[in-house]
Amino acid sequence: MEDPAIQVRDLSVHYGKVAALRNVSAVVPRNMITAVIGPSGCGKTTLLKSMNRLLEIYGGVRVTGEVLVDGVNVYGDDVEVTELRRKVGLITQTPNPLPMSIYDNVAYGPRIHGNGGKEKLNQLVERCLRSAGLWDEVKDRLKEPAANLSIGQQQRLNLARVLSVEPEVLLCDEPTSSLDPVSAGRIEELLRRLSVDYTIIMVTHTLRQARRLSDYAIFMYMGELVEQGYADKFFKEPDDPRTLEYIEGIYG
Amino acid sequence: MDKLGRRRMEERVFLVLMSGSILVVVGSLLSMFLTVLGKGLGALSLAMVTQTPKGGYYLGKEGGILNAIVGSLYLATGSTLLSVLVSLPIAVYLYEYAGESRRTSYTRRMLDALCGVPSIVYGAFAFTVMIYLRMRASLLWGILTVTLFEFPMMTRGIDEVLRTVPNRLRETAFSLGSTKFEAATQVVLRQAMPGILTTVLIGFGRAIGDAAAVLLTAGYTDNIPSSLMDPVATLPLAVFFQLSTPIPEVQQRAYASGIILLFMVLGLSVVSRWSSKKLMRYVVR
Repeated sequence: MEDPAIQVRDLSVHYGKVAALRNVSAVVPRNMITAVIGPSGCGKTTLLKSMNRLLEIYGGVRVTGEVLVDGVNVYGDDVEVTELRRKVGLITQTPNPLPMSIYDNVAYGPRIHGNGGKEKLNQLVERCLRSAGLWDEVKDRLKEPAANLSIGQQQRLNLARVLSVEPEVLLCDEPTSSLDPVSAGRIEELLRRLSVDYTIIMVTHTLRQARRLSDYAIFMYMGELVEQGYADKFFKEPDDPRTLEYIEGIYG
Repeated sequence: MDKLGRRRMEERVFLVLMSGSILVVVGSLLSMFLTVLGKGLGALSLAMVTQTPKGGYYLGKEGGILNAIVGSLYLATGSTLLSVLVSLPIAVYLYEYAGESRRTSYTRRMLDALCGVPSIVYGAFAFTVMIYLRMRASLLWGILTVTLFEFPMMTRGIDEVLRTVPNRLRETAFSLGSTKFEAATQVVLRQAMPGILTTVLIGFGRAIGDAAAVLLTAGYTDNIPSSLMDPVATLPLAVFFQLSTPIPEVQQRAYASGIILLFMVLGLSVVSRWSSKKLMRYVVR
C-alpha cells in the first residue's frame, strides 16, 4: 500500500500481566473507512486507543512496538501527546457531552489549542455543527446544556466536537451501537461523507455495518490480527478460515 | 415461616427502624429549635443586631452583640476562603494527578484522622505557636486556627466529590488534546462544582459554629475589629459568656444570640441551595 495514514508495527499491549494485543502489525489506508471487526475482548478497542495514546491515562499499561501516524512513531520520545490527540480524534460509543453548553462543547477543543478570536470561533463552531448535520437543530439553542439533547443529537455533537480541532484521523469506537436505527443511519451517512477528507478507523460489532461502510477491514481474534485487506476481497474470499467463519456468522 | 413471608417481614421491620431514626433526628432537632426560640425570642431586639455591648451589657443593660456577629462572619469567611485555597489544590492533586498509590492512601487516612481531632486541640496547638512567636490573640490567629481544623474536612470532601465525576469526562477531555490541568480545571471541576460548593458551605457552617478552636487564639472583645491584628469576638463564645453569667436577662440574651446564629446558618444554606441549582444546569448526569 502506498502512503498509508497509519502503520502499526509489532504492537503488544499488556494490562498488568494480561496481554491485550500480541505483535499486531496493520496498515490503515488514507482517506478511507477501515473497519476493525472481531468478537468481544479481542483487542479492537485497545488497538484503537493505542493510536492516540489514550491507553496510558489510567496507568498500569505497557506498550511495546510502534504506531506510525504519517510516518512518525507516536510512542517516540519527542511526541507531544496533546498534539497527537488533536490530530487523531476519538468518537466514543457513548456521546459523553461535557458539562457545558452545546456551543462550549464544540468550542472546548479550539479554545484549549488556542484558536483565538471570537468571530473565528463562531464560524468554526457553525462549520463543525453543519458537518455533523446538527446545525439546523441547535442553532437557536446553542447556550443550552449539551446534556439536554437527545442521544442521537449528542452523538452528532460528539462528532462536531472532534472535528473542531481539525483532526486528520477519526477513531470511532462502535459509534452507532448506543443509538436507534435512524440516528445510527445518520452517523453512518456522515462518516461516509467525511471519509473523503479524513482517515476513519471504526470498531464495529455489526458485520453488516462493516460490509456497508468499509473500504478496508481488519479482523482481530484473541489479541492477534488474523487478517486485513480491501473490503471487496476481505468479505468475499478471505484467506484465513477463521475470518471466513466469523464473517459467515459461525462464531462471535 | 415461608421465604416470601420472611422477606415481607424483613421489609416491614426495616421500614419501622428507618422511620424511627428519622423521628429521633427530626424530633431532637425540632425540640432544640423550639427551646432556643422559646427562651430567646423574648430577648431578641433590633439593638442586639445593630449595637455592640455597652458598659453594662453583661449585667443586663443596653447594647447588642454586633461585635460577635461581625466577628464570626469575618472569621468564618476568612478561614473558609483560606481553606478553599489550600484544599482545592490538595484534592485536585490527590485525585487527578497522584493516582492510587500507598502514598495517597496514607495521605487520605491522615486527613481523615485530622477530621476527627477535636477543635480545642487545634486551638491549643495554635496557641502554643502564638506564644512561641510572642504574638497576641487576634482575628488573624483565629482565622489560622479555624483554617487548620476546617481544611482537612474540606479536602476530603472535595476529594470524594471528584471521585463522583465519571471518568468518561476526563477521557473525552484528554482525547481532545487537553493537558491534565485543562481537563481538571475546565471539565472535572465544572462537573464537580455543585458538590464542591456544598462541601465549602458545610465547612463554613462548622467554622462559624465552633467556639473551642478560637477560645485561646482569637481573643474576645466588645469592639468590631478594624485590622487582622485586633482581637475578635465570635457568636458561639458570646453565647457561652452570656450563658455563664448569673443574671437571667443575660442568659436569655444567650438564647437570642443562638437564634441569630441559627438564622445566619439557615440563610446561608438557602442561598447555597439556590446557587447550586444554578450550577447544576450544565452538570451531566
